Amino acid sequence: MPYEKFLEQLGQKVEDIFAGFGYVTILFLKVLANLFQGKMSVKLTLEQMVKIGVESLPLALTTSAFVGMVFAMQIAGEFTKFGAGKFVGGVMAIAMARELGPAITGIVVAARVAAAITAEIGTMKVTEQIDALQALGATVEKYLVIPRFIATTIMLPLLTVLTILTGFWGSYLVAVYIIKINPTQYLDNAQYMLRTWDIWCGLIKTAFFGMIIAIIACYRGLNTKGGAKGVGEATTSSVVTTLIALFIVNYFLSVLFFK
Amino acid sequence: MIKLENLTKHFGSKKVLEAVNLTISDGQAISIIGPSGCGKSTLLKLLIKLDQPTSGKIFIDQQDVNALDEEALIGLRKKIGMIFQTSALFDSMTVFENVAFALREHTNKKEGEVNEIVKAKLEMVELEGTGDLMPAELSGGMQRRVCIARALAFDPRIILYDEPTTGLDPITAVTIENLMIKLGRQLKATSIVVTHVLQTVFRTSERIYFLADGKLIDLGSPQEAQSSNDPRVKTFITGGLNP
Repeated sequence: MPYEKFLEQLGQKVEDIFAGFGYVTILFLKVLANLFQGKMSVKLTLEQMVKIGVESLPLALTTSAFVGMVFAMQIAGEFTKFGAGKFVGGVMAIAMARELGPAITGIVVAARVAAAITAEIGTMKVTEQIDALQALGATVEKYLVIPRFIATTIMLPLLTVLTILTGFWGSYLVAVYIIKINPTQYLDNAQYMLRTWDIWCGLIKTAFFGMIIAIIACYRGLNTKGGAKGVGEATTSSVVTTLIALFIVNYFLSVLFFK
Repeated sequence: MIKLENLTKHFGSKKVLEAVNLTISDGQAISIIGPSGCGKSTLLKLLIKLDQPTSGKIFIDQQDVNALDEEALIGLRKKIGMIFQTSALFDSMTVFENVAFALREHTNKKEGEVNEIVKAKLEMVELEGTGDLMPAELSGGMQRRVCIARALAFDPRIILYDEPTTGLDPITAVTIENLMIKLGRQLKATSIVVTHVLQTVFRTSERIYFLADGKLIDLGSPQEAQSSNDPRVKTFITGGLNP
């Protein structure tokens, strides 16, 4: 019966989602428990911080510069029509600090790093390297998950500081040199409207994004099945799941912080 | 001593192991043979808790493996060396780093000391001078030997071989078998070999078991196994051809 099959498949999907959610929660709690016991490798964590943070810099900065520029072009163009050009600096500063900076960093790192983490761990899984790791008395949490978890949680806010700055200065260039907004007015308005709290909230959000990226990417990698095809599927699924999770969490954190 | 009591493992509706009972004395070398996919590798993974049984118990030195906490399990795993079918070398590390992994992970030995131990282990498997190579630069047989060297880091009392000679050319396979025999003598370790390569079984084991339909059948010594009257064993040994 087609309906029965459809319902069966739907039920299976729902079960998989809940099982995945449960596994991610358990992995997260295990990571926290290990961290509280001080089970972490400084060397591996620093390596991951370079891979995840430093190597994401060119992509994150380029993206934020151009997003800032295009955003300024649209905002400044429209605002000046209504004589509100003096507010562009403040609007851009708030937009970059609260949403654009964190979102750009989250998306860039999710796309680049979540894929890399899942592909690496997934390949280790299908080639029995994870089993070998455990057989040699190492724990997956300490060796693979915690270094990535700490690295994303620390490096995302740091990257975000730079993306906010780059995006803001990108918008400044377009607003001042192309739309011809007064530069002093632009900077004064930004300084007037932007609060330190806006920046802190943006950075706190990205720390959450970092945790989400690492946990979901590691979970997908550790649950990879099959060969190369399985690694490919896990990687795609990891990026998609991470991005969806980021957008949902971003909304609720924004409501919490700014409403 | 290793003891399996009513060990059962199911994957969904597939029954891989059904109430398996087995006792292996210290220093004994046994083999478990059987067709591909019959659960031989699963049995090895259960022994070091890389997988959980559906029911039943595993005792190693009177310790219930599945009841061990994380610290005790790590302690147990240090006593056991596992050789993987795919070698499972860490592909982002050099040969040296692979062999040194467990030493760096579990001891506070100085680098000089680690160096000496790794060198000795690589000499043991006749791979001196390969420390700086990456696993991808090695042949299949060399990778298998590095895997053995890595498993020997703590001079294990139990060595688990998962298809140690499968996929290797006959000369390399004999080299690995010779190495297994040499290690058995040097370390006096208990060894469990799971494979479907009969030459390896007959050369390296004192006792042979046949795993089929979830049941473990004791075939006795290699000589006794070759004259078994069980039709499934006969078919497996002759490859289905009339002798």
